[in-house]
Amino acid sequence: MSGYNKNVRKKKPYGNMIVMGIIAIALYAALLLNQDVINNTFGKGGIYAFLPIITAFVFSYFHGAFTGSFWTVLGIEAAKKKREVK
Amino acid sequence: MQDVVQAVSNFINLDAVTIIYLFIVGFVGGLVSGFIGSGGAFVLTPAMMSLGVPGLVAVASNMCHKFPKALIGALKRAKYGQVDVKLGIVLGISAEAGVLYGAHIQENIKKAFGDAGSNLYVSVAFVVILAIVGGFILRDAWKTYRAGNAHEEEKATKLAKWVQSINIPGTMVYFKSLNARVSVLFTIPLGFATGMLAATIAVGGFIGVPSMIYVLGAPSLMASATELVIAFVMGLGGSFKYAMSGLVDIRLAMIILAGSLFGIQLGAIGTTYVKPFMIKVVMGLIMVIVLFSRGLMVPVYLSQLGLIQTLSEGTVKILKTTSFAIMIAALLLGAFIVLKAMWQGRKAEELQHAKDVLEHGKV
Repeated sequence: MSGYNKNVRKKKPYGNMIVMGIIAIALYAALLLNQDVINNTFGKGGIYAFLPIITAFVFSYFHGAFTGSFWTVLGIEAAKKKREVK
Repeated sequence: MQDVVQAVSNFINLDAVTIIYLFIVGFVGGLVSGFIGSGGAFVLTPAMMSLGVPGLVAVASNMCHKFPKALIGALKRAKYGQVDVKLGIVLGISAEAGVLYGAHIQENIKKAFGDAGSNLYVSVAFVVILAIVGGFILRDAWKTYRAGNAHEEEKATKLAKWVQSINIPGTMVYFKSLNARVSVLFTIPLGFATGMLAATIAVGGFIGVPSMIYVLGAPSLMASATELVIAFVMGLGGSFKYAMSGLVDIRLAMIILAGSLFGIQLGAIGTTYVKPFMIKVVMGLIMVIVLFSRGLMVPVYLSQLGLIQTLSEGTVKILKTTSFAIMIAALLLGAFIVLKAMWQGRKAEELQHAKDVLEHGKV
């Protein structure tokens, strides 16, 4: 890690990364350990169509937060100098 | 219902290798999508099909990973001030109509000419559209590079200026990315075409992004970020439609999402380090390379339809494998350019920071 990154003022989101990571892993474990039940229920169609959609939102919320913190913790962040965007 | 039962029984078994494979393909696809607004999907559907996933389940599961991915990407890029939510939603709604119409055309072609006919239509659409649009984007990026004004702010094209100058009372909407009022009568056909392309080749962004840049006059960075909003709107509607028929394999969708959320965050960060014309370079290159990939498949489908001499099994296999390999190469090249540009951008920033510190020290 370069000296430059050590100067970053903001504290790195270790706590957020760990909590979100654990929740994301738990979600994936639950999905993969109950594949048959989930596939049978989600595959029914009709009103059950809400299930995959809700699942996608829930997974993206927790896993999205985890991956975001993950890169921040690694020191990979957006350019400091704000680019000119009209 | 019959289809549903069949689809469920066609949900494949997952092993560790399959999971890792989907995760990696998801990551690379996400990286490119985060950068240019779309582009990972055309590899994911064939990648799933190569694992034995039926075509419709692959399309449905791909779509169900696309909308949450696009949402996370859009939120990330909104933080950088690159997203025009209003334009994304306006285009997204008309794109939804385009998806439905595109799917309807596909069904009719399939009924009339069978699978080979439908595949031929998809491949020809790929080749023609990617050749015209991809070639145009690459030429434009090359001209910017040659002219040495890559640092300057992008100028709206003549067409965009004309579109922005037309005033049709009652239809005018202000869009912040364009910093102008544009009639929705112009945005509707663009969104519709984006949706039709998404239904045909799975990547609506190849029309959506260039049309926002060249026809409406949006800067490249905002166009590619706004495309993520369109992809979200389209993907959500499409996923629901497929889920109603029980075609979404949520396991596949979520595993790809696992990889692609890592990728899309990185791709979005990457956009803050590059000059705007790099978006055009990556998009144009991927489009032109993918064009060759699909072009190789045209003779296969022509021979299946009996329009040309029948090809031997060996030849078909070679063409199919080469086509898939070229497609993956296109995506990897895109990912490589994004990562390289990001690396260079970060180095330059660190160097600048070191200089600033030194100068400050002197004072």
